[in-house]
Amino acid sequence: MSLSSLSIEPSGSKPKHLTIGRIGLYCFILICALFFLMPLYVMIVTSLKDMDEIRSGNLLYIPKTLSFYAWPKAWSEACTGFVCEGLKPGLINSIKITVPSVIVSVSLGALNGYALAFWRFKGAYLFFGLCLFGAFIPYQVMVYPLLKIESAIGIYSSLPGIILVHTIFGMPILTLIFRNFYASLPIDLFKAARIDGGNFLKIFFYVIIPMSTPITIVAVILQVTGIWNDFLLGLVFAGRDNQPMTVQLNNIVQVDFGVAEYNVDMAATILTSMIPLAVYFISGRWFVRGIAAGAIKG
Amino acid sequence: MKKLISILFSLLLPLSFTSVSKAGGHMEAEVIHWWVSGGEQAAISKFAEAWEDMGGTWIDTAITGGDNARGTTVNRIIGGNPPTAAQFNISKQFVDLVEQGQLQSLEEVASAEGWRDFIYPPELIETCEFEGEFYCVPVNIHSAQWMWINNEVFEKAGVPKPNTVQEFIAVAPKIQEAGFIPLALGGQPWQEGLMFDVVASSTLGFPHMAKLYRDKDVEAFRDGKMEMVLQTYRDLNSFIDEGAPGRLWNDATAMVVEGKAAMQIMGDWARGEFAVAGKEAKVDYDCVIPGKEKYVALGGDVFVFPKNSDPKVKEIQLKMASMMVNPTVQANFNNAKGSLPMRLDVDTSAADACMQMGLDLIQQPSAIMRENDDWNSPAFTSAWEDIISEFRNDPNYSVSAAMDDLEAVLTSGL
Amino acid sequence: MQSLTRNLASKIALLPMIIISLTVFVGCIIYSFVYSLTGSKLIPALNYVGFKQYEMLFKSRKWDVAVENIFIYGFVFTIGCLVIGFLLAVLIDQKIRGESLFRTIFLYPYAMSFVVTGLVWKWVLNPTFGFEHSMHLWGFEWFKLDWLVNRELAIYAVCIAAVWQGAGFVMVLMLAGLRGIDDDIWKSLSIEGVPKWKSYLFVILPMIRPMVVTSIVLIAAGVVKVYDLILALTSGGPGFATTTPAMYVMENFFSRANLGQAFAASIIMFISVVCILAPWAYYEFYFRNKEAKA
Repeated sequence: MSLSSLSIEPSGSKPKHLTIGRIGLYCFILICALFFLMPLYVMIVTSLKDMDEIRSGNLLYIPKTLSFYAWPKAWSEACTGFVCEGLKPGLINSIKITVPSVIVSVSLGALNGYALAFWRFKGAYLFFGLCLFGAFIPYQVMVYPLLKIESAIGIYSSLPGIILVHTIFGMPILTLIFRNFYASLPIDLFKAARIDGGNFLKIFFYVIIPMSTPITIVAVILQVTGIWNDFLLGLVFAGRDNQPMTVQLNNIVQVDFGVAEYNVDMAATILTSMIPLAVYFISGRWFVRGIAAGAIKG
Repeated sequence: MKKLISILFSLLLPLSFTSVSKAGGHMEAEVIHWWVSGGEQAAISKFAEAWEDMGGTWIDTAITGGDNARGTTVNRIIGGNPPTAAQFNISKQFVDLVEQGQLQSLEEVASAEGWRDFIYPPELIETCEFEGEFYCVPVNIHSAQWMWINNEVFEKAGVPKPNTVQEFIAVAPKIQEAGFIPLALGGQPWQEGLMFDVVASSTLGFPHMAKLYRDKDVEAFRDGKMEMVLQTYRDLNSFIDEGAPGRLWNDATAMVVEGKAAMQIMGDWARGEFAVAGKEAKVDYDCVIPGKEKYVALGGDVFVFPKNSDPKVKEIQLKMASMMVNPTVQANFNNAKGSLPMRLDVDTSAADACMQMGLDLIQQPSAIMRENDDWNSPAFTSAWEDIISEFRNDPNYSVSAAMDDLEAVLTSGL
Repeated sequence: MQSLTRNLASKIALLPMIIISLTVFVGCIIYSFVYSLTGSKLIPALNYVGFKQYEMLFKSRKWDVAVENIFIYGFVFTIGCLVIGFLLAVLIDQKIRGESLFRTIFLYPYAMSFVVTGLVWKWVLNPTFGFEHSMHLWGFEWFKLDWLVNRELAIYAVCIAAVWQGAGFVMVLMLAGLRGIDDDIWKSLSIEGVPKWKSYLFVILPMIRPMVVTSIVLIAAGVVKVYDLILALTSGGPGFATTTPAMYVMENFFSRANLGQAFAASIIMFISVVCILAPWAYYEFYFRNKEAKA
């Protein structure tokens, strides 16, 4: 498999000595890195300051006196209404929503991509085209009709309800990247499998899935972050017992009345971003490798 | 193939059996509201405590932001999973729900308890009554037309405290020279709209405002006074710092509390910020209702009770409605919230000097002023606010262009 | 009959997609169109008013601003992400030390939600507490960073935050493309003495076209929907200087309880997207397929 084994590491020997050009290169890349890191740095130091220092001090300085007041407050004490549980209950809910949604939507995306790439039939691309346009329709337009559909089948405001919605909205892009990946596989491989008597499902499970690791990683990463970071759909479809972490973050951060505590806001923000950040830090390398495989090849 | 179908089914089946029904439970009531800050939590918990004393269970669904909370309520009504009770403003926000038959009539308990006799002012009854039946419970009154003044800043600048917006404009340059920001503003459309309404109503008086907002009287709109109001509003601009856009109202209040700014035009909820900072009414700060004639604007909150397919819920809803208007509960709730109660026979001895001004005024029927959103749909009021906000932010937006655009909204039939 | 049973398994496998395309995507468009012809306010109602909602939409000053903004945002964000993403990918491709560290640094913002991105940048660009204040404290009194409160510049502040979030993702796509380039091509280019920057721009870039197209599709889908970011960063202000069509739709849905208008605006959005996308989709998936087969 040429694509899945595609190297992301630089090839050739390392340059031996530093030239002026390379010093310039490093300077430039360091400046870029500082620009990208600055917001994260600001978030972290702000979360460790007390409110007086935030109001009077320098945004970019490290805290004069470390204050850990904000973190436990954001995690388990901040109030929504008179329920004061912080972000903690949201974490479990977000996991309960994200894990099944990712599994269902990625499986469906892989199956669709496979069918479209190898088992084309008349009209298949018409539906795929419709589906792709779906990726460009603002969610908001679909909120009311979806509400009606979900309440008609009795899953509105429940875990299955929100999972179905994430599956629907994830499908266009997932189908697209899986289709592109499979379209880039050598067709002979597929033909050989058919001659060996493989049917639709057999080929999918025994030939295609084992080769899909790189693109599956990409799909999973995209979906985990996308679903984890969703606010609107969670608010509308999850029901009050399953409100994801982002909804609770919003409750803590967007206080209309009363004193805004920026350090608690920042701590809450970092806590909410923890899981997708960890996913990226841990799996960034596979992400780069896999993404090469999912590009549009026509 | 069969395998695939069975996979699909196993995915779909559990979905169709886990439909949610939240009735059951004795006196279990879910309430959607947007009171999430410290003082507001204290207030809503007075309702919750009273409810639980009656043997009920209070399920609290607090959602930040009125828009989000109201949106959730409507979504859940459409989705067939309505809450027991939901918060709205004293306004036309929920008229559609009444007209489409989505709300529970409270007439049974309202006529039994004689709500029409004690709800005060009677304008509140008008808000809640449709075709002779009660559909909402007003719980408090918040008035919007206040100028919040830092006494020390005015002393340092050596200028007298203003009684009208025009007087303020006359002394503001001196405040600026003394190194203070004369006017603290949060540049969000609703705050800009609120400030405009205060300028307009304090200049034109309530009867004239009613001609505009209630009667959509184009002649009254074009009688030359509105241009003056717009010009005054624009004059205020030079006394506002450039950091205003997007600022929250309470950050603007903090500027007055801390003595960075001299004054803010804001509703009576700003008082809480002064109280939290340990400032005393009439000593550290002053509250002034601008204009020669004093009005108290009638804003605030109501609760509505969406119809439920379960007949038991209606009984629970009527009990809760009755609980909310109870004089003791009203006293506890409004003292915590810092708002005026919706009936006169309530103990308000905890009121501070500023709140007392509101209490005195509201007892004079001629001083009660109704607001834009009391007569008009959210679509109308926000289209109006858009123009006001754009007028404040865009110095090239001329008074006459704004007049034309406002007239277009006035006659749009929104 | 034969055509129906051909690839039957595939048809059944695609059934969920077909059902969703028809019921949800097509269904929603029809539903939205029908209700865009009504005077629906808080909840959908079938009180037809003809094309009045569209008339009001086109007369609205706010909608004009929203349309103008989406073009500015779409252009600056797309170009910004592509240029910076490509530049970063080229830099990282120079066999630098600590490559994976830099890659992670450039990519991590993509893991943040738009709400978080908006909040952080609002904080950094805040003229009272933010970066401007820091510079003043360091003695640079003349320094001014008032983009968020400046009507003309606020939309570019949104672009900066969005590029910060999205550029790393484009970098990864481009880098993946660059790593797929055969060493022989580089060798022959250096033998011919083509300068490096020229090679990247005129030889390599066209070769990684699939990556560029993928980037554009993913970016463009985000452009149309931009809402959360602006809400968190500027709430559409100052005035309505940074409002966008998606925001206009959302506002009319929720806070303004003006459903008819929201549906009309979303139908116009959808038609615009179709007009822009259809020719490309036709070329990409139909024309090129045919060409390849011929």
